[in-house]
Amino acid sequence: MEKFNIADIPRSPRIPKLVEDLYANMPVIESARAKLITESYRETESEPMVIRRAKAFAHILRNIPIIIRDGELIVGSTTLAPRGCQTYPEFSYQWLEDELDTVATRSADPFYIAEETKAELREVHKYWKGRTTSELATAYMAPETIRAMEHNIFTPGNYFYNGVGHVTVKYEEVLAIGFEGIIGKAQAELENCGPGDEDYATKSRFLEAVILSCQAVIEYASRYADLAEKMAGECQDSVRGEELRVIAGNCRRVPARGAENFYEACQSFWFIQQLLQLESSGHSISPGRFDQYMYPYYRADMDSGRITREYAQELMDCIWVKLNDLNKCRDAVSAEGFAGYSLFQNLIAGGQNGEGVDVTNDLSIMCLQASMHVRLPQPSLSIRVWNGSPHEFLIKAAELTRTGIGLPAYYNDEVIIPALQNRGLSLADAREYNIIGCVEPQKAGKTEGWHDAAFFNMCRPLELVFSDGMDRGERVGPATGDVTKMQTFEEFFDAYRKQMEYCISLLVNADNAIDVAHAQRCPLPFLSCMVDDCLKRGKTVQEGGAVYNFTGPQGFGIANMADSLYAVRQLVYRDKTVSMAELKEALAWNYGKGLDAQSAADVASEVLTKLRASGVEVNAQMAQAVVSSLVGMTPEAKKKARFEEIHDLIDAVPKYGNAIPEVDYFAREVAYTYTKPIQNYKNPRGGQFQAGLYPVSANVPLGRQTGATPDGRYAHTPVADGVSPSAGKDTNGPTATATSVSRLDHYIVSNGTLFNQKFHPSALSGREGLEKFVALLRGYFDQKGMHVQFNVVDRQTLLDAQEHPEKYSHLVVRVAGYSALFTTLSRSLQDDIIRRTEQGF
Amino acid sequence: MDYLDTKGRIFDVQRYSIHDGPGIRTIVFLKGCVLRCRWCCNPESQEYRIQTMKVQGKDKVIGRDVTVGEVLETVMQDRPYYRRSGGGLTLSGGECLCQPDFSRDLLRAVKERGLHTAIESMACTPWERIEMILPWLDQYLMDIKHMNPEKHKEFTGRSNELMLENARRTALSGKTQLVIRVPVIPTFNDTIEEIQAIARFAASLPGVKRIHLLPYHRLGQDKYDGLGREYLMDGIEPPDGKHMDMLKKAVHAVCGLDCQIGG
Repeated sequence: MEKFNIADIPRSPRIPKLVEDLYANMPVIESARAKLITESYRETESEPMVIRRAKAFAHILRNIPIIIRDGELIVGSTTLAPRGCQTYPEFSYQWLEDELDTVATRSADPFYIAEETKAELREVHKYWKGRTTSELATAYMAPETIRAMEHNIFTPGNYFYNGVGHVTVKYEEVLAIGFEGIIGKAQAELENCGPGDEDYATKSRFLEAVILSCQAVIEYASRYADLAEKMAGECQDSVRGEELRVIAGNCRRVPARGAENFYEACQSFWFIQQLLQLESSGHSISPGRFDQYMYPYYRADMDSGRITREYAQELMDCIWVKLNDLNKCRDAVSAEGFAGYSLFQNLIAGGQNGEGVDVTNDLSIMCLQASMHVRLPQPSLSIRVWNGSPHEFLIKAAELTRTGIGLPAYYNDEVIIPALQNRGLSLADAREYNIIGCVEPQKAGKTEGWHDAAFFNMCRPLELVFSDGMDRGERVGPATGDVTKMQTFEEFFDAYRKQMEYCISLLVNADNAIDVAHAQRCPLPFLSCMVDDCLKRGKTVQEGGAVYNFTGPQGFGIANMADSLYAVRQLVYRDKTVSMAELKEALAWNYGKGLDAQSAADVASEVLTKLRASGVEVNAQMAQAVVSSLVGMTPEAKKKARFEEIHDLIDAVPKYGNAIPEVDYFAREVAYTYTKPIQNYKNPRGGQFQAGLYPVSANVPLGRQTGATPDGRYAHTPVADGVSPSAGKDTNGPTATATSVSRLDHYIVSNGTLFNQKFHPSALSGREGLEKFVALLRGYFDQKGMHVQFNVVDRQTLLDAQEHPEKYSHLVVRVAGYSALFTTLSRSLQDDIIRRTEQGF
Repeated sequence: MDYLDTKGRIFDVQRYSIHDGPGIRTIVFLKGCVLRCRWCCNPESQEYRIQTMKVQGKDKVIGRDVTVGEVLETVMQDRPYYRRSGGGLTLSGGECLCQPDFSRDLLRAVKERGLHTAIESMACTPWERIEMILPWLDQYLMDIKHMNPEKHKEFTGRSNELMLENARRTALSGKTQLVIRVPVIPTFNDTIEEIQAIARFAASLPGVKRIHLLPYHRLGQDKYDGLGREYLMDGIEPPDGKHMDMLKKAVHAVCGLDCQIGG
């Protein structure tokens, strides 16, 4: 018999109905959680933080309104309104307070909010002043770190304002023994503690917090059981009535105890997935290897004839829909960086087990099928690929790619496994990896990876080289000397390295400050009870309870920096067709386009330095005044012509992305300026920093904060996304692009790389199109690329969707490490997606 | 002289082509052709001399002299993709057999490196030129445009006897996989009778199993403007899918060849 079944399974009529209901209205902000957590916090002020967290969690679970939506088979909703969100003032609230009146009308990810809700939140927020993780983190930061953030060198916004998330827990353990089993383990640990132990105080309180949290979750499920029974009693429709009775039975049993069948396992999974996201606002809580830990329940039901593939598929489809029911409201700036209401719940199928055997199974195929059925952005579906991956599995994945929803993303075991081993994971753990959030690999249930720790803009340190470390009249980076006096390219490159290293050290300070703040103010006992070795070590993951600890901030702009430094080497130092002084001026004048506000600031910095040198005291206000006088200026005609000429010369220099070995290996060196220094740092949890190279969607808003760069990129336009070449600069087709990308050193980028390719649908037409697509993928992975994802839509379709969004409400595109509905993205991000080179023919 | 130093003149290299041969392919377009087909979608390929063409208002130089070694370097960059797909190199044009030494040496270089080789050619050339490339050629995608010599001459500038003869001799050699391709051009050869005549001929060639019907397209029209030439096919609509399906059925009615629409 075949190891797995690849035959298509028809979609249940239930599914489109669930999807339609989910997207009927704009998402809503609700205040129940914020009110409840504040009530609880007010009453527990003298208690240990971990106990306060558990009590608050329990208070929320006992009192938050619950609902079972029409037709649902899997229940558990965080908000009454579909796709609504709760708020998490314990992490930060000021941005929400400031944006209460604009959150409904902003361009990226708007949320409806009732006047009554606003009033309730304003009242609650009063309590939180001075009590948030965000405020504590700021207090832990060095002044130069705060200045670097003000100057947009990097932004740790994600965890600065929100929970951390970015974790995969031991779903399999809860499925097997339930939370009663976990409580039993915690009690056993507690019994082993003696009051005389050095860590008794913290360990015993932590274990008590775990028990409180798990009990609350069991009670929460019982509330659903009660509600389902009540609804069944009132239900006129006998079929639905019976469904509700089964739901009630499921919620009585799980997640309190171990699941006895596939349906119970699905319901148990869902409560874990949902409630992790009610405990904290962290996103990228990733289901991980769903096809593996769910398989025993599926197999047993299939073998005993209790279930059909069709019914199992319907349950999975219901989970897929539910994953889109969860939502999160971010601040306006972050919303642009994570656009598309995404929660990045990454679910991965296929790949090897701990012993290196391929374990693709029926459920792996059904995961692909579920995404075809629901055609929604969540889960962020990923596929593990290695030399032993079955061809037919990849063909099925390519069929999903062809639908154009941007799923699945493809990951290369052959790179990721050694990359993780290089970070200290055991071989067996590395082989069991899954993906968190966008592209970040880790071992589930053992890791606190802090994967999405910051956006680091690699372009900004190069700007500091041109300004001798000054920005807007303030010193931000070290003084690396007058750029026009640098005699050799090596001298210039060294100055860039120095600026990078300094900025990276500040980034580390920012992340570690935030890390400590989370440990002190928001330890998470519920999450921690499902991550090894928290129970044994007697501390939460925030305090270092996990087996593997990392911090993974991501750099972006690698293509821009590779092309920039290469162009400088060629034009300034090798051909000597452009002098450094000319280039500096051309950049300041945005290649002749003149000065907008930001460019004016760059020019001003030089003026101000001279003022300062002549003994004048320069402050930020003066700097601003000088900038204002420069805005709108354009260069004289002769200079303008020369700047345009310089732009043409730069255009003619070979670019990364065209499989030119010299340029590509140069790009590899440039990537090292970020990836190598970062791995030398440690975090407060006893773990290591590791680099990622991916932008989520921040390459657009952060590009707006970046002046013209020597690769010919104009000021304030998007920077390149991930490890992809600059938009439109790769002109030799998809194989050349992929080859270039594979020439970066992906092994060292163990927090993940992101490579976008966009295909015209015709490139995947027919069986032959699929076969060649899979060959392209295999060819890229043979060369040791790490990740690739595809947008399969034609340019015309996207342009039409901009004009007529109403016709395209379900058009899903790949943004970065995730997919989103195209029409929900801001105009500039839409434009960026359209600009990415369309590969095909 | 080393065969890698053999010089040739090309005007384009197209990578990740998923047509014109099995697997993922790199297509090298050679400059120069002896025919002047009215529908030609690469009019800039016809003359051997290097010329300029206006592309989006800018002058573009068409044609550059290269060595086999230089082209090989580009072709080999995609080796990982050929390996996974069974792909390789396809020579197109123009007519690659107008530069027989260069074609032979480039095909040889690629073949020796273990890759699949193909040419897209109309075989209007002395037999010796074909004979000398056959040892290095896995697949010959040969154009047969019409069975009527006069009509062939009227629309392409040459009669068809030599090509038909070369088709027969190539098939008889048994050294390469021969595939017959027919550009389906309205006003020239798009009737059932004309297509069936070609199909019958193709079926009579020993070893030939496949025939491709390539529908006329207008993607080359702007290039005529860019070259300052008149487009003689102006106003002629490409055959629609229905018509192509009908022709495919017509082919199946007279022979057992596998027939596909498009390359």
